[in-house]
Amino acid sequence: MSSAQAANPAFAEGAKLRVQNLNLVFTRDEKSIPVLRNISLDVSEGEFVCVVGPSGCGKSTLLNTLGGFLTPTSGSVRIDGEIVRGPDPRRIFVFQERGVFPWLTVEGNIGFGLFKLNVSERQQRVAHYINMVGLQGFEEAYPSQLSGGMKQRLEVARALAVNPDTLYLDEPFGSLDSITRHVMRGELLRIWEAERKTIVFVTHDIDEAVQLADRVVVLSDRPAAIQKIVHIDIAHPRDISSPRYLELRDGILQQIGLAHKI
Amino acid sequence: MKLLVRLRPIAFIAALLVAWQLAVNRHPGYILPGPWGVVGGITDLFRHGVLFKYIVASLFRVTWGFGLAAILAIPLGLVIGWNRRSEIAFNPLVQVLRPISPLAWIPLAILWFGVGDASSVFLIFLGCFFPLLLTAINSVRNIPTVYINAGRNFGLSSTDLVYRVLYPAVVPQLLIGLRITLGVAWLVVVAAEMIAVDSGLGFLIVDARNAGNRYDLVVAGMVIIGLIGLLLDTAMRSLEKVKSFRWAYSED
Amino acid sequence: MNALAEPNKLEKFLWPLLATALFFALWHYLVIWSGTKVFPAPFQVEKGLLELLHKNVLWQDIGSSLRRVATGFGAATILGIPLGLALGWYPAVNQIVNPVMQILRPISPMAWIPVAIIFFGVGDKAAIFLIFLGAFFPIVVASINGVSNVPSVFRRAGRNFGLAPTQLLARVVFPAALPQIIVGLRLALGIAWLVVVAAEMVAVDSGLGYLVIDSRNSGKRYDLVVAAMLMIGVIGLILDLGFRRLERIKSIRWGYRDGS
Repeated sequence: MSSAQAANPAFAEGAKLRVQNLNLVFTRDEKSIPVLRNISLDVSEGEFVCVVGPSGCGKSTLLNTLGGFLTPTSGSVRIDGEIVRGPDPRRIFVFQERGVFPWLTVEGNIGFGLFKLNVSERQQRVAHYINMVGLQGFEEAYPSQLSGGMKQRLEVARALAVNPDTLYLDEPFGSLDSITRHVMRGELLRIWEAERKTIVFVTHDIDEAVQLADRVVVLSDRPAAIQKIVHIDIAHPRDISSPRYLELRDGILQQIGLAHKI
Repeated sequence: MKLLVRLRPIAFIAALLVAWQLAVNRHPGYILPGPWGVVGGITDLFRHGVLFKYIVASLFRVTWGFGLAAILAIPLGLVIGWNRRSEIAFNPLVQVLRPISPLAWIPLAILWFGVGDASSVFLIFLGCFFPLLLTAINSVRNIPTVYINAGRNFGLSSTDLVYRVLYPAVVPQLLIGLRITLGVAWLVVVAAEMIAVDSGLGFLIVDARNAGNRYDLVVAGMVIIGLIGLLLDTAMRSLEKVKSFRWAYSED
Repeated sequence: MNALAEPNKLEKFLWPLLATALFFALWHYLVIWSGTKVFPAPFQVEKGLLELLHKNVLWQDIGSSLRRVATGFGAATILGIPLGLALGWYPAVNQIVNPVMQILRPISPMAWIPVAIIFFGVGDKAAIFLIFLGAFFPIVVASINGVSNVPSVFRRAGRNFGLAPTQLLARVVFPAALPQIIVGLRLALGIAWLVVVAAEMVAVDSGLGYLVIDSRNSGKRYDLVVAAMLMIGVIGLILDLGFRRLERIKSIRWGYRDGS
């Protein structure tokens, strides 16, 4: 068993998401640029996994491949045993707030994926998720009237409304100020604890990763390979001043090669 | 493989031309010429020395009308746009005069300038003046305030502000406006020549039809108009590509 | 006075009034000073306008012009938007078709008159065809640009939610492209208004353009000429403002720079 596999408690049972020997090479003009190198990862159902790595290393590319927007050059991505061939509503992407449709109201956006339901079911679902993310009173507002944090909640609500198994979040809080980010992390955890979706969350913010995740996958510089998988064994709510938290965080900083004294 | 892709549009045009010729062949008595007839028409014009004469006449009028309009409208527009109050003041007048087709000015043009070159240049001038004026006004309004504030922050005098902030900031938009308005000028000159003068490509079309139903010349004229219009547009676009003007397009 | 400060409501009313009054005064005095017997002064134009209204001619002509614009512009919209969407959606097709469009586009609609007359005869249909030509290309170009400027984030989100390609086009690409398409429509309407006047001067015998030419030809009534010109300007402005209203709708406003 490799060390990566050893750190993964889900390996023994069938994993929800199984990535095996994933390689991705971009060919442009005559040059081939390897972006993802031999990535293997198992994520069990209801787990919260964060992916961190230096800027530009390929974290987003990895996420896009998991979501089915890119095809691997070799290796496979399986969800529930099935190979991933393209995007699917069972695994919804949350981009940064710019993924929200500006021509629809809050209600319109949340109801976007619900075209298979009848009117009253849709209304119920929409109302439920508006409450869950705390956007009551803004049902008829347009995204241009919302703050960054609110737009982000809207996008999460839209994603949850279709009841996906998995959520992929690509640096969703990146454009928010640090106070809002703090609040949003708490919100996301609250929602996750209520609905227990499987979450893969890409971020460049190591603190964020240690605060949120069950496990943190540390990627190397391009071409991205898994350097280390760190199991965060602190129960929620996590004290961000506790010694164990700092120890884990510093360990990751070190892994990436960053000093923790500036 | 890349060559094949490049050739596809040409193949498409060739296919259209073939279809056109076939349609004409099926109706031999029909007035409209096929592509071959058009080529014959063009050579005819060339041989009679008329082709270049007319092209030059049209271009001449465009140059004058467009040039005068640019020289007047752009500085005026920049000044008006800089001062918010003057912009508000002149806006209604401009907005009412602008939708009046240059051709609607023909009776006045003939009254003031008589029939001939001057009135057609006047019409082209009118067709270009308002769009250029508005482009200039808008380009000033669209300068991000941060640039102006930064300029003042660094202690720039007013003239310096104009040369080192205003001018570079408005040039890209002005170039686009100039290109679009040149296209308008080309449309107006043809229309004006059909009504008010006796040379030029527009006149060619009317004359060829009136003096003998020479539709091969009519369509030949149309094709030449299209090609020259395209050439003018391409020339202006390459001006936009000149490096020192490219900065405004880089952020995408 | 700070040249860059935003003026208050009163000033927004005052300055245009001042400039317009100045314009009319200048016009009036130029007419008097030049001693012209033909060119009308402002009040003569006003009288001419009332005369036209009285004779019921004005409304009929306005109606004719608007009718032609509506038909030609409508046809250009119905054909142009789907074509533009298709070309924007399939860049390969665009690459093939575009050169033909680029050659046809600079040909003034007026230059099509002889060909139009062959196909449609002299009269309304030919004029409407010219209007169609004038409006068609700007609409297609605007639609193409609208589609190609849709941020890929939106397309990906649409695919993620399981939308089939037709649904994607209708529920994501089209709404996202709409702001640009509407601006294109507004510009095309302006062009249509210019073309209808020009077409009416040559190919038919009703409408505002015809009124301009006819007023001069039958009696050198320059007061009527200028009155008709002003009507053309005012109605063109109203059409433009109407469309700008459309651009303020919330589900479209987001697409413009200062739209929120």
